Amino acid sequence: MELESLTVRTAIDGLRKRQFSSVELTRAVLDAITARDGVIGAYLWVDEADALKQAASADAARAGGADALLLGVPLAIKDILNVEGQPCTCASKILAGYRAPYDATVIARLREAGAVFAGRTNLDEFAMGSTTENSAIQLTRNPAALDRVPGGSSGGSAAAVAGGMALAALGTDTGGSIRQPASFCGCVGLKPSYGRVSRYGLVAFASSLDQIGPMTQTVEDAALLLGVMAGRDPHDATTLDRAVPNYAAALGGDLKGLRLGLPKEYFVAGLDPEVAQRVQEAVESCRRCGAEIVEVSLPHTEYAVATYYILASAEASANLARFDGVRYGHRSAVAAGTPLEMYLNTRAEGFGREVKRRIILGTYVLSSGYYDAYYTHAQRVRTLIRRDFESAFMQCDALLTPVSPDPAYLIGATAEDPLKAYLIDIFTVTANLAGICGLSVPCGTTPAGLPVGLQVLAPAFDEGTLLRIGHVYEQVREVRS
Amino acid sequence: MAAEEIDVAYVAQLATIRLTDEEARLFQRQLPVILAYVDKLRCLDVSGIEPTSHGHPVYNVLREDVPEPGLDPERVLANAPARLRDTFKVPRIVES
Repeated sequence: MELESLTVRTAIDGLRKRQFSSVELTRAVLDAITARDGVIGAYLWVDEADALKQAASADAARAGGADALLLGVPLAIKDILNVEGQPCTCASKILAGYRAPYDATVIARLREAGAVFAGRTNLDEFAMGSTTENSAIQLTRNPAALDRVPGGSSGGSAAAVAGGMALAALGTDTGGSIRQPASFCGCVGLKPSYGRVSRYGLVAFASSLDQIGPMTQTVEDAALLLGVMAGRDPHDATTLDRAVPNYAAALGGDLKGLRLGLPKEYFVAGLDPEVAQRVQEAVESCRRCGAEIVEVSLPHTEYAVATYYILASAEASANLARFDGVRYGHRSAVAAGTPLEMYLNTRAEGFGREVKRRIILGTYVLSSGYYDAYYTHAQRVRTLIRRDFESAFMQCDALLTPVSPDPAYLIGATAEDPLKAYLIDIFTVTANLAGICGLSVPCGTTPAGLPVGLQVLAPAFDEGTLLRIGHVYEQVREVRS
Repeated sequence: MAAEEIDVAYVAQLATIRLTDEEARLFQRQLPVILAYVDKLRCLDVSGIEPTSHGHPVYNVLREDVPEPGLDPERVLANAPARLRDTFKVPRIVES
């Protein structure tokens, strides 16, 4: 079977028409991993026997008349989401040996829809990073250029999809961690609106910002997976009780009647000229499809990265307090006379440098005397950033921007300059701060062959518009370089 | 409240993190640079602006007060780094 030509949509069709079985499909994915992942390093864990057993169950269910949407479709899962019985390391030494005792809600829903969980993908430790170089376990290379990073933090998922080793994957996005690696590797990445998808079973990084979303080869595949994943969950009180439309069925048509805004603060000096050119061409394609293009302003954009790193680090310092060596994961073997010594030794050995740096930063901005000056102040600036988007969306239906100011970086280029690494996230953190949804769609490559992503941003809970725009653009896209 | 005030060793203690000397030196150099950058927020007048604590504000989500089954204790304890019968074993907490 030709795995390269398959998407989630065509795999569903092929399975339904009995052109191939789930075992054959899953075998093809496993063979692709064996053939290519030694070089790419997208996966942290694959259990062939377990994956084939799940596939055989799906085939048996189909033989018995079952026909759930994703029955027998293998997926790759970022190693930060709990899948019962599988490891979940968060690419950290502190979760060595942990096996998930339950399914995250998104996993339970995908399982109910018949999906096969084929393997677990690499990430920056606890999703803290933009290159996947902060993984404590291994390096992941960009399939489009092996000397470059895949982006991050969902770099393993992006590399697996773009590298032909997964039909689709799940990622998580706290400040761009789905959209930016999708852009760097050349696949589609969707960050849903805050409250659209349950985070129950996601190892929390920054709870007011985290979202889980699909990383796929096509916009239609993203729509299919979001339709399964979205909706209210009693286990995550931040999920909203809003109807989940049939996103995939609503795709099609053109962009007539839509006003698309270009935020002038996103097209500025510092933006790589080749990235700017690809994005401008994508904007012109949308115009030709009937969209009206208008310029808008998001005046507080320059404050977004500072706001994000205060809030995300503060929340991380609280969330990561649970890793203490008591109930699961790593516990230091150094003899400890008191629990405090055990915590100190365990956390010193278990956390990597970037995680420690952010815990220290987050603890500082929450500490007595600094809380209002940093944390509450940043929360107020967050309100200004949210209002920027509310005003912009009164003038247009969605925004078109670059995903990242640059194409994929050389491995090592951003190491040991944390502030420089943080500034990479300038165009993506705003959507998390505002709670809106965002999509990264490939829009060609640089002359050197590096993928570039177009970001589409839409108001909260308007994933339908987001996907429609992405899908129409994808159909007319002329891949240039 | 200048950013260079950060005392990394003290904050690490608050965070229950033991740093190596090298890490402490590195962070003591890097964190003031990051804090100086985030200080740009100070120039914004936010008086009268409500803080946003969540991407999509939701308040007081309640459910019926009915017990639900939790995780099976055996499966939970299977992850314990050290176990004593049905408990997590830790260093002594109370004075003997």
